[in-house]
Parts: sequence; C-alpha cells; structure tokens
Amino acid sequence: MNVSLLGQSEPLAQRLSELRGRAPQRSLDARALAALAANPGCRRRSLLDAAGVDKGAVARQLGRPAPFGQSPFALARGNVFEARLKDDGYAALLEPLRRHLGLPEESGTALAVPDLLRRSSPAVRAERTREALAEAAADPSLWTLLDHPMLRLTVAGSPAHLEPDAVLVHGGRCTVVEIKSFPVLDGSADPAKVGAAARQAAVYVLALQETAAALAGVPAESDPYRAQELPGSPSTTVLLVCPKDFSNRPTAAAVDVRRELATTRRQLSRMTGIGQLVAALPEGTSFDLVPDEGGAPTRPAEELAAAVGSVPAAYSPDCLSTCELGFHCRAQARCSDAVDQLGRGVRGELGSIRTVGAALAAAHAGPGDGTADAEADEASARLRYAAALRAEALGRAAR
Amino acid sequence: MSLLSTLARLQAVRSGRAEPLATVRHRHLSERPMVVVPLAAAGEAGAPLAVMLGTDREAPRLHIVPQPLNRDQRFDFLARFGADLLPYLESFADEVEHVEGTERDAGTGERTPVVRELCADAPQLIVPNTGSVQHLALIGRSTRFRRTAEDADPGPYPAPTQVPLLGRWLTHLTDRAQVPGSSLLLPMTALLSRHWATGQSHLEDQHLAALLAWHVPPAGLTGAEAAERAESERDAHGQLVRPSAGPATDPKFDELVLAPAIARHDAALAAARAAAPADAARAELLVKRAAEQLHGVLEQVLLPTWADVWQGLDLLRALPEGGHVAERWEGDRWSFTGHRDRLAAGEPPQPKQDDAVTAARKLAQREREQVRLEVQEALDDPLAMAEHRLAGEAFAGEVVAVVPEYDTSGRSAKPRPLLVVHTADRPHADAGREVHRVGAATPQRGVVAGFDPDGGTVTVRVVSGMGRRKEPEPGSLPEVGERVVFTLFELTPRQSAPLPDPEDTPWTHGGPPGAAPMSASSTEEWE
Amino acid sequence: MTAGMTADQAPGAVADAAVAAILEASVRPAPGAPRGVVVDSPPGAGKSTLVVRAARELVASGERLMIVAQTNSQVDDLVDRLAAKGPDLSIGRLHAGDSRPAPEALRHGNVTASEKVADLLEHDVVVSTAAKWQWVRTEAPWRHAIVDEAYQMRSDALLAVARLFERALFVGDPGQLDPFTVVGTDQWAGLSYDPSSSAVVTLLAHNPAIRPHRLPVSWRLPASAAPLISAAFYPYTPFRSGTGPGERRLAAAVRADGSPVDAAIDEAVESGWALLELPARHTVRTDPQAVAAVAAVVRRLLDRGLTAHSEQGSAPVAPGRIAVGTAHRDQAAAVRQALAALDVPVDPAAGPAVTVDTANRLQGREYDVTVVLHPLSGRPDATAFHLETGRLCVLASRHRHACIVVARAGIAELLDEHPSTEPVQLGVAVKFPDGWEANHAVLAHLAAHRVPLS
Repeated sequence: MNVSLLGQSEPLAQRLSELRGRAPQRSLDARALAALAANPGCRRRSLLDAAGVDKGAVARQLGRPAPFGQSPFALARGNVFEARLKDDGYAALLEPLRRHLGLPEESGTALAVPDLLRRSSPAVRAERTREALAEAAADPSLWTLLDHPMLRLTVAGSPAHLEPDAVLVHGGRCTVVEIKSFPVLDGSADPAKVGAAARQAAVYVLALQETAAALAGVPAESDPYRAQELPGSPSTTVLLVCPKDFSNRPTAAAVDVRRELATTRRQLSRMTGIGQLVAALPEGTSFDLVPDEGGAPTRPAEELAAAVGSVPAAYSPDCLSTCELGFHCRAQARCSDAVDQLGRGVRGELGSIRTVGAALAAAHAGPGDGTADAEADEASARLRYAAALRAEALGRAAR
Repeated sequence: MSLLSTLARLQAVRSGRAEPLATVRHRHLSERPMVVVPLAAAGEAGAPLAVMLGTDREAPRLHIVPQPLNRDQRFDFLARFGADLLPYLESFADEVEHVEGTERDAGTGERTPVVRELCADAPQLIVPNTGSVQHLALIGRSTRFRRTAEDADPGPYPAPTQVPLLGRWLTHLTDRAQVPGSSLLLPMTALLSRHWATGQSHLEDQHLAALLAWHVPPAGLTGAEAAERAESERDAHGQLVRPSAGPATDPKFDELVLAPAIARHDAALAAARAAAPADAARAELLVKRAAEQLHGVLEQVLLPTWADVWQGLDLLRALPEGGHVAERWEGDRWSFTGHRDRLAAGEPPQPKQDDAVTAARKLAQREREQVRLEVQEALDDPLAMAEHRLAGEAFAGEVVAVVPEYDTSGRSAKPRPLLVVHTADRPHADAGREVHRVGAATPQRGVVAGFDPDGGTVTVRVVSGMGRRKEPEPGSLPEVGERVVFTLFELTPRQSAPLPDPEDTPWTHGGPPGAAPMSASSTEEWE
Repeated sequence: MTAGMTADQAPGAVADAAVAAILEASVRPAPGAPRGVVVDSPPGAGKSTLVVRAARELVASGERLMIVAQTNSQVDDLVDRLAAKGPDLSIGRLHAGDSRPAPEALRHGNVTASEKVADLLEHDVVVSTAAKWQWVRTEAPWRHAIVDEAYQMRSDALLAVARLFERALFVGDPGQLDPFTVVGTDQWAGLSYDPSSSAVVTLLAHNPAIRPHRLPVSWRLPASAAPLISAAFYPYTPFRSGTGPGERRLAAAVRADGSPVDAAIDEAVESGWALLELPARHTVRTDPQAVAAVAAVVRRLLDRGLTAHSEQGSAPVAPGRIAVGTAHRDQAAAVRQALAALDVPVDPAAGPAVTVDTANRLQGREYDVTVVLHPLSGRPDATAFHLETGRLCVLASRHRHACIVVARAGIAELLDEHPSTEPVQLGVAVKFPDGWEANHAVLAHLAAHRVPLS
C-alpha cells in the first residue's frame, strides 16, 4: 500500500506547499500519523495536516491557542527513564526483552548494535537502517538491536521519516520496541495511553512491512489478517517498555497491534483523497501566516479565519484534547448553533435536526406544527414528548 | 446520553445557564464534609505534589512536597497528609448504634441472632473531579504496603506509621467510590453533572471551574463565554487565572512558576548544607523563604479550586434530599464500619489485585447497587422517572375504570381486578408484561392485559398487593380518577446469587488463590 | 484439534470426524486429560445436535448430567429437543418461581419441571439456566456438566456454578455477542478471571492444556453465506457450508411487481443476499421510512408465496420461518407495529408469527429468510455498540436461504469517518475481527446486491 499519487503528485505537492506558504513543512511523524485516526471525518484537519501546516501557530493567530504542552518534569522523567534503559550497554532494556523474546543470557550470543549514523540526514539514516535490517535479517542466529532506526513511509506522495525507539531483529524477523514513561502498575496501564502507544507502534510496523517488502522486491500484503513472512518482516506484536509500578525499573508488555495496523492502513489510504479537498478550495486560499522579519505572524485573523473556514470541519468535543484547532472550531460550532457542540452522542438522538434552534423549536412546537416529512416528524415528536415530560416533572408549562 | 438530558443541554445552550436534571438531591451530603484538593507531580504516576484539605472553608490547610523526586520529602508529606486526614476519619468510629440481625452458623446452618455495631455517621470526602479520585487511589496503592519502624522487618526505608494507614483508608474510600450511589468519596464535577445540565459536552464538564461557570456566570456573560474564560484566561505572566482543578498542573505553570521555585528551594537547601557555621542562620532563613515561596505558589494554584468545591456544595445543599438517600447512606456507613473493624482486627492491607471471588462479589455488588440507584432515583424524582417513561419502561396516567374480576381456579377466589389507565406515555407494554405500581401501600404487581396506543389506554390486571381475602383490602387499589405510575421494571433489586468462599475457588478459575506472600513492596524503588 | 479440512472431503465426513473427536474427549477422556472440553461452533454448525448426542452418550455411560444454558428460552429449546431425540431419557427442567417453562418444553412425557432441585435429583439430565443453578445448594450428585452458549456466559456465573460438577463440556459460538455489564470493571481488565469476561476466556486462561475443538461445517448457512460469514467474522477459524451452491433454492409463486422491494426479494432469491438501500439521511433510531421498508419486504415475502427447497425437502416460507433483526428494542417494537398494520402476524401466542427481535435475542435462532435493519442505518455516528462485531454476525447468520438487509446509504462514509482511538488494556487478548473490518467486509459484499429504494 504505497500512497504515492502517481502523475498528480507533483502539482498536488506544489499546491499543498502553496497553501502552507512561507512556513517550513511540519513533517508527519508517527505520532501525527497515528493522530489521523482521531477524527478522520474532519476535512479541515486532513487538509492542514497533509499540507504540513503548523496548526498550533494558526490557532494562536486565530486567537484561540491550543492548551497543549508538556511539563518539563514529565519530559525530564521520560528522558531519564530512556537513558537509564540504555546505560551499561542496554542492560536494563535487555532484561525485560530477554524475558519476552527469549533473548539469550549475556554469556551467550552477543547482541549486535550497529551504528545507524544518527547524526546524518534522515535520508542517509533511512538508507543505513535498510542495510542494517537486511544484514540482521540475513542470519537468523544473530541478535541485533537497532537503536533509533530511521524508517521511511510514503504518505500522500511525500516521504515521512519515522524513528522508533528501538527494533530488535532475530530469526530473520523484527520486533518494534516502544519505550514509554507511563507506568505498568500491577500488570495494567492507562488504556488510553496504551492505545495511543499501540497506534504509534503500528505506524512503525507498517513502515517495516513496507521496508521488508521493498527489500524482497515484492508488493506489501494488504489483507489485514495475513502477515507477510519475509526476511526482516516485523511481528504484529510489539513490546511496550514502561516503568514498573512506582519504580524506575523497566517492565515489558506485549501488545498485539493488528487492529491498529488495519486502522493505520485505512487512514493512510484515505490521504490520497486530499487532491479532491484541494480542488474544492476557492482560488487563492492560503494558510500562510505572513511572518514579519522577526518571525511574528502578520496575517489578519479574519482573513486567516476565512481561509480556515473554507474547509469544512467535523467538530466534536474530543477535538479539544486532540487537535490544536479545537477551540477555534468549537467557537465556530457555537456560532452556527450546531448541536455537535454537545458531543457526538447527541446527534444520534436528533436525526436530521442539526441546530440547537431547530431542536428547541421542534421540542416546543404544537402537535400540529409538524412538517410533512415523516422522519423529521418522528424526531420532533420525540423531542416534543421529552419536552412535555420534562415540563411536567419540573412543574412548568410545556410551551 | 438520553434525549431528556440532551434536551436539558439544548435548553442550557439557549438560556446560557445550567438547567436542572433533578428535582431533589440524589446523593448524601455530610454536615461536615472533608474537602480534599490534591495535586500530582507531572510525569510520574501517583507522585503527590500538594494537597489542600479541611472541613472549614475559611481555613484550608496545605501540605506540599518541596521536591517531588525526593523520597524522604514525599514520606514527610504523606505523614502530614495522614496526620491531618486520619483524625477526621477516626472521629466517626466511636459513636455507634446497635443493629440486630441474624447470622448463619457455618457448620449447622442455623440462624442465630446477633447484635452488630453500625457507626452512627461516616466521613465524607469531596474532591474536585474524577481525576482526583484516581490520584488518591494511586497514593493508596503506593502507600498501603509501606513498612514502618513498628514492623518486625522495617526494611531499608521505614515510613512513618500514618503512611500505610492513610494508604489503606484511601484504598477503601476510592474502591467504595466505584459503587454506584455511594457517597463516602464524591467528585464535585460528577455531583454537579448529575443534578444540572450545562450547554456544553460532558467532556468539558470535567473542568470544575468551567462547569461552575454555567451556574454563576459573571454579569453580562453567557455560560459558554464564562466557561471558555474559565478554561483559558491567562494573566500577564501567561498563567491561568482559573487553574484547572488538577490533579495535574498546567504545563505552563510547571515550566514558568513551579520549576523555578523548586530550583530555588533546592539551591537554598544545598547552600544551607554547604554553609559555614557562621552563615548557617542566614542560609536557614533563605531555605525558609524559598519554602514559603513554594508554599505560596501552590496555594495560589489551589485556592480557586478550593473555593469552587465549596461553592458546588452550596448549590447542592439548596436541593432537598431525595427520599431514599438516607437508605443508601446507611450502606456507606456499613462500608465504613466494616473497614474500621478490619483495621481493628489487624487484618493485612487490601491486596494488590482482587482474587476471583472478591472480584465477582464486587461486580455483583456494583450491579445490584446500580439497579437500586436507578430505581430509587426514579421513585424519588419525577424527572428521573420521566427518563423511564420516555424510554417506554414506565407510564403515568389516570385510572379511568376499575373492573372487579376474580381468579376462581383455586380453592378460594382471588381478586384479579382490571385497571384501565389513560396515559399519554408510550410504554413497551406488550400483553403479558409484568408491571409494578409505584407508591402502592404494599408492593403491587400487575400484568398488562391490553394496550391501545391510539386511544392511550393500558389495561393492567392487578395480581398482588390486595390482601388475602376475596375482595381487595380497602385502599389497596387506586380509585377512578386517581393518578398512578406503573413501571415495567421491578422496584426492588434482586439478591445476588451466592458465590463460593475464596478458598473454594473452583478449577475453572485457577483454584484457591495461593498463599502468595503479601508481596512486601519495600523493594519497590522510589527514585 | 479438529480434523484438517480439505476442500475435497465431503462436509459430512469432516463434521463427523470433528464430532467423534469431541465425544471421545468428553465421554471417554484419557487419563490426565483436562477437566474441560471446549467446542467453538460457528453459526448453525450443529451445536445443539452435538449437545443432545453428548448428553445421550454420557447418560448411556452411566453418568447423571446437569446442563447449564444462559436464558430460559435456550433451556426450553434444549429440553424440547433433548426430549424429542432422547425419549428414553428422563429430563428435569429446573426453573425459578417466577418463570414458567414454555409449553414446548413440557409437552413431552419424559420431562418433569420443578422449582426445587430436590424433586429432580433422580433424573438422567437436569437442565436450567446459569442464574438458577447458582442458587442450587444441594450436595451435587453430578460429575458431568454441559455448558451451552458458553461464550455468552459471564466468568462470574461460571465461578458460582463450577462447584456443582467435576468435568464439563463447554459449547458456544465465539463470534456472537459478548456478555456485558453496565458498571465499571476496568480494575479487573487483564486478569485471567475478570468477572465480566466470557466464561470460556477465563476457563482457557486457567487451563492452558485445553485445546478448543471446532465444528468446521455450518449446516444452517447456505453456500452463498458461509464464505462471507467465515471470512468476515471468523478470519482465523474458517468454516464451510454443509450444502453446495444450488442445493438450497427459493422460488416465488408470484411474480415481481416491478417495485424495488420485489427487486430486492428477487435479488435475495437469486443470490442469497440483498441490500435494499434508502437514500442517505441522518435519522433517529426508529427511522419510519426504514421501518416501513422492512415491513414492506416482509409483507411481500409472504404475498409472493416463497417456497424453500433444500436437502430437507420443500416447504413454504411461512411467517414462522421469517425473522426481522434489529439492533435496538424500540426498533423491533416499531417494526412489529408496522407489520401488524400490514396484517402480518407478529404475536406468537396467536399462531405462527414472524419473529421480530434484537440481535441479543436472536442468538442461537434459525430461519429460512431474515430481514435485517442494519445497525448503522441512518446513524450520524458509529458507536462501539453499533459497530460490535457480534451484533452484525448474529444478524447476518440466522438464515438458511437468504438475508435481506435494509439500510440507508452512507454507511461506507460513516465507517470511513469513524474515529479509531480505542483504548487498549494490557493482557486482554484483542478480539478479532475488529468491528470496523467486519462491517466493512459485509458492506463490500452487499454492494454487489444493492437495490436502491428512492
């Protein structure tokens, strides 16, 4: 499943770059790719992500910045944990891997840790990783740890570079190792965080599947239930390495990412539809912030808002915690009186009624005020019934 | 979300104010609740940073961990937190009432009367949000196994005695908080959300200040505007004006305020340790100042939430208490009494994981209490009953006819009268469905004999609750013109089936839990 | 494991070999063999027949037997079947005080019903629900148990009844709906004995020596359905149909009237599947137009006098051989009302009637033709409930001949836009297939059998 847009990729890449304007392209990392699944129905997000627009900067300029950030304490803790794992020739990291993957004791076969040229450019590193993976997979008896390899995945015609924490190769196959600083407490961990880690790791598995297929010179398998068995093919179970309980000691947990892998494939293949979104934009649309000499944006907020508004959004309150533009889109949803501002679940109750005003009008209409439309009548009748029950219980008049 | 609560949210969008979701208060509120507002240190699970607590809104007490990574300081903090909280909890332990009951003898199966103690009242902790409950649970988990100097083997890092005791109480309270309708430990956001709808989503309702903004928006602002201001307004230093109620702090606060204050305190401590005797007094003073500054910084972050929780209590107190709230609070009192007794009996701390039987028992209890809660809320509150009516699980209406009929199949004739009820509701009243009459003198069951949706009449054959004679007891049946409510669900929860004792756990579930050592986690590292 | 399945072996022989291995393991276990035998059975693979055979053989070997099923109607069905196939068996039907057994169960001379287990101890077989068995206190005389629909049973229910027997045969369909609870159970997620998980999951976790058997042939699903259901819902445990293409046939006595409803019926008669598609629109659950379309399909199915020809002979597709499946109870109620307005019999008490029920209640049932109101029809959002694999699996696998799905257009887009941010619990085996993939596979198949209704 290679997402290049044959033939059209040049003009599309060109058009996306124009949309972005002067700002450097925000490259899609695994986290960003995994986040595509958060709200795939949102065209605004799809387009801005595909164009590599810095949504955080746009949100600031629109006057509703995203409240995201990471505490320096959390960052420090994460770095300390990962550094500790790699001390003493990866001693702490290898202990949990040994248990899970049957890695031999230190006395046995040595673990190879090839140099992956971490200071080089992404393209060079990716090439070096390919070589190292091929070498490591060629001899099934070898144990090889790829420390921060660089993987390449083509997304909507442009290459994305992905950097897993580690990949372990043995028996001609490899396993993605994902290091996280949230704890595994008495064998369980925050399911939302594990889910996010699994989606992220699935992106690496997908990139490794493509790498292995490319090395073997065959197309990658697209059936979600069938794993390809090529030299260097990744296991669809990844290892999550986390602090154990309240300590800094690592523990590893196997996570089956087949489901997330299928999701990721789906989301990436959708990105080929970006061309249609771009084509639907009004002439001259741009998300350029027009920075001045000091880098401060000068694009008038109304103009920027109009540009952003030219792509429809699918706002839901979950966006507040997953998308930089969440607060902006919420304000828009409120302005347009959309029922979506109350959450995804609400719409299921209201059928084709889309605005707060229409819903309240239906709830407080008389029984004869209905439309000729049976379905709209059904939703209105239920709202009217609910309004009558509510008024009765609160001792108010229904109308 | 049901259509009724959706409608309330829609109305709140329009009015710009919170709209009622209940006509009575469905949770017990103590006369002397302990408000607890904890803060967690970022990046590490269950690492405490500070806690503000107290029973007097004018006199919050604040405890902090000056350096969250320092184990000794964390223990100090937990010991102070424990010393502050435990006397409150224990103050409910002594005043008891005596309840007569029976106990089945395990050997003979005979029931013998026993008198048991039940604490007359129980403590109540109010925290800002569900995140705070989880944080307290983590603190409970991380401290209840701590060894103290009093243990036979105190281990390398003995903790003050209050620490494991605090852990066991927090574990009990947070576990009890999982039981539907329980009130020993309540998050304010959940309390407010149960009783009022805002014009925003339930995700946004997790932010206590934003939630309260819908109740008391500043003049000239709608609830939505006030809530957005509460979520995002920052001062000239980039700090939130209404910091979120935790337990996590705002990253910008960590970066720009907390980290520098901690660094200053660390530096002052280091300087004091290195100080020559002549400078010692001055260095101590600098440490004290740095500590005070840190204290002040955390106090500033906590005070708005502290005030919010009390304001929430004011709002809730204005609602009359639901009729069954006291009955459910008695369950909480039993829960509290039980834990008191286990502590007194010297039982070991709660295990890390429930065994199979305990887990099944807890699940059964939660399911039973969920049913009880739903039924009792519906009985106490017409708005809660309206949910069931809308769902077709209940109907209300006026009795338009009572037709005396009898079952003469047995030796003596029994009354089986028909009630014809005129209703605007549309119950799922298939013929033969069992229905239950709300507010009958004794529990009264009926069977749907007919439903005419067009005419709006349900015919119910009453089969019980009419006494033992051929004619129904006077007053046991509603009269023509009387308003009645019937439910399609039972009005008393069913008992849960018995489960084996843990030592009789069957082979399908791994057999009895092994005598696994209470894994003394003094080996758990803290740094 | 079950015998290897190859395409050239006759399905009957493959199935017989599997059944023989299961009976051997259950009735004559080797010394040291695990105390449980687990049988995974895809839809219509002869689970009930297996239970009856195992019961008879166990009784024949001198055992007294208890049977645990999950719902009263399952127990009644089982008692009915057991009594009919085993007239020599004495059968006890244990029931709760407030639930009288169905007349079909009690019509046999060899069946005794009682609320008290003491009245039934002398019978060869005693059958009841898990809920009722939990209250049985007696000194258990049973060594053997059969647990039917074991994947629907919750782990805590098994915990409460397992003390009553020493060995057990667990039979069920892993592809149907999982047990559920409305209260929080996160704290037990990942534990082998999580009380809210399926009984079989717990049993297998604690008894790793148990290797589940599989019934490899569906006798219910026609050749037009088995490959799709197998691939979409049982990707790692494939099965096949017992009958080949063309062995099952539907024929309509009355010609199509040119309407889309009749065109959909013809498509289903021809190919075993039809998708009657209404224009895209977001609707409330009880979408009146979709409900009306379902009712119209059923009305026309009856009006057109369908005959079902199969290996069992030829029979008219009467009301009792037709079912309507929905996701929600209010949808079922709305369909029942619409059918009644078209004079279609829906009250089983008044004679043969079309069954209209939710997926939960259709589990284990079988009909000639089913009409399904697609769980995602008209929805503005897909929730975990509506995407649940088991729900669609139940709805799409109740038929012997044909299945007609009624839906609004737009489900493909709805799936496409569905956020996939599921939480992941450590230690909990991921259930395959994913609801999204399964829905997608079924929808892709139905696209070839689409009849638009405008």
